[in-house]
Amino acid sequence: MPEKFDAIVVGAGVAGLAAAYKMSQAGLSVVVIERGDYPGAKNVMGGVLYRSMMEDLIPEFWKEAPLQRPVVEQRFWFMDIDSVVTTGYKSQDWAREPYNCFTVFRGQFDQWFARKCTEAGVVIVNETLVEECLVENDKVVGVRTNRPEGDIYANVVVLADGVNSLLAKQLGFHQEWQPQQVALAVMEELKLPSEVIEERFNLEPGMGTTIEIFGGGTLGLVGTAFIYTNKEHLSLGVGALLSQLRQAKIKPYDLLENLKKHPAVRPLIRNAEPVEYYAHLIPEGGYKAVPQLVGNGVVVVGDAAQLVNGIHREGSNLAMTSGRLAAEAIIRAHQMGEFDRRALSHYEETLRNSYVMADLKKYKDSSHLFEKNPKYFNEYLPAANMALHEMLTVDGTSKKDKQKRIMQRILGGNSLYSVGKDLYQAWKAMR
Amino acid sequence: MKENFTTKIRELKTEINIDDKLYLNRWKPDHQSHLEIIDPKVCEAKCSGKDCTIFCPARVYEWRDGRIAVGYEGCLECGACRIGCPHQNIRWRYPRGGYGVQFRLA
Ligand SMILES: Cc1cc2nc3c(=O)[nH]c(=O)nc-3n(C[C@H](O)[C@H](O)[C@H](O)COP(=O)(O)OP(=O)(O)OC[C@H]3O[C@@H](n4cnc5c(N)ncnc54)[C@H](O)[C@@H]3O)c2cc1C
Ligand code: SF4
Ligand code: SF4
Repeated sequence: MPEKFDAIVVGAGVAGLAAAYKMSQAGLSVVVIERGDYPGAKNVMGGVLYRSMMEDLIPEFWKEAPLQRPVVEQRFWFMDIDSVVTTGYKSQDWAREPYNCFTVFRGQFDQWFARKCTEAGVVIVNETLVEECLVENDKVVGVRTNRPEGDIYANVVVLADGVNSLLAKQLGFHQEWQPQQVALAVMEELKLPSEVIEERFNLEPGMGTTIEIFGGGTLGLVGTAFIYTNKEHLSLGVGALLSQLRQAKIKPYDLLENLKKHPAVRPLIRNAEPVEYYAHLIPEGGYKAVPQLVGNGVVVVGDAAQLVNGIHREGSNLAMTSGRLAAEAIIRAHQMGEFDRRALSHYEETLRNSYVMADLKKYKDSSHLFEKNPKYFNEYLPAANMALHEMLTVDGTSKKDKQKRIMQRILGGNSLYSVGKDLYQAWKAMR
Repeated sequence: MKENFTTKIRELKTEINIDDKLYLNRWKPDHQSHLEIIDPKVCEAKCSGKDCTIFCPARVYEWRDGRIAVGYEGCLECGACRIGCPHQNIRWRYPRGGYGVQFRLA
């Protein structure tokens, strides 16, 4: 292995692999360093991978990548203690090439993606932890690994080390995340025969569904729960802001078990066998938490840069796009032969002009709003359940009286004005 | 009164043994801990909530005999305790390369 590379990528998640693949295609020498036994061994995702951003790198990848199911339907559940209001959208368009998105196992997908990188010339080193960036004259010149004689040098280091980005913190690019800037998620993989999954979720063979659950999955804490269909497994998870979990003194796995017992969930997972259990943080700080992205000889991509759109459970796609844009900036810097902050700032510019920063900006106030005002999850979602319950339960009460009851419930102790204001603010934060 | 989220949270009980979940995973245990309590006195004297014993998804931390016991072998490496300890009293590192939990699916 040569001592010096054009670029070192720390972390073989989708952000790092996207950057490595792109740089290698342009002829740069690239090494990826991953602490897990294999790429994906440390990575957790509910499982929805978006086709478009992956196709920016490998056209028609779905013909060979290990995928679980194309998602043809996305459902949304607004859950109360023992009831749920449901909605969703299903499209035949999504069941055909080129597809919209797929469920995947990152444990398998990342290994495949890493193989594609190797084929393109990237060197992948597993089971190796990067302990710090090597800095000389205010410039990052390489990394120190935990291996003997483990210093590696390069013109540029790409920090793709995920949400716990200790390396960017060491460089002073950001302070430690605050408990309200991360969600703690726990998840299980539940095994079921594929025909049973297709029957219970009303699916054609091979096709998949996602269910996003608001309200009851987190018992009103700011966060979401989800159920995604894989080939022979269901991914079932729940995540809430760490600040809220801590304050409510809830064990995250108690939320998970509680969700499994909900009358809307229980029949879907009956007789399913848990086969793996996960916990992971999700960056939720949004636009305002995005750290310094570029330094002399270094860039930050993916979760390490807080690039997650929590409202739409998009993270892997932002990670891939940021990895690709960083690679393009590095390729340009390589041609110029300069790698200081100014030369690499092209990355920041193109990222700001892309959907990544546009979307983060659009939702910059949303999770903050939900955290500040607990009524959305604690009062309005249950009120919606109650409203449908009243209108659909036929018990001899006139519809007019029922409407009166519903209005009383929605208003509770609140004035009509304050409810209106809350709804307006939610609309403003989400529009 | 009808149950709501707040009353439900209060009544939520732990009905599982977390070890049953952790047994599902594949581990390559290191012989040295990657987690360290910086000052045990802070846990004892300043931390009334002992929050790490509650929110840690692998129940790595337990309050035993007047101190926090750290069962680092079952750590899922999420990072929550580093951020969530109200006294920044946990020195958190990754396990050495190749050690710790190794996920197969997800
Ligand atoms: C429960 C859950 C559900 C989610 N659901 C979705 C979803 O449905 N769709 C979606 O798009 N996104 C989802 N996300 C978000 C998505 O998983 C992330 O945004 C995405 O994985 C980020 O990719 P990344 O490459 O930046 O980081 P990661 O995938 O976290 O990769 C970081 C890599 O760096 C390695 N590493 C870290 N530090 C070091 C070091 N010092 N030395 C060597 N290696 C190191 C790690 O081992 C890891 O392989 C979900 C997240 C969670 C937790
Ligand atoms: S939360 Fe922090 S200070 Fe409190 S007991 Fe745990 S480690 Fe100690
Ligand atoms: S990193 Fe996560 S699993 Fe490990 S001890 Fe901390 S909170 Fe528990």
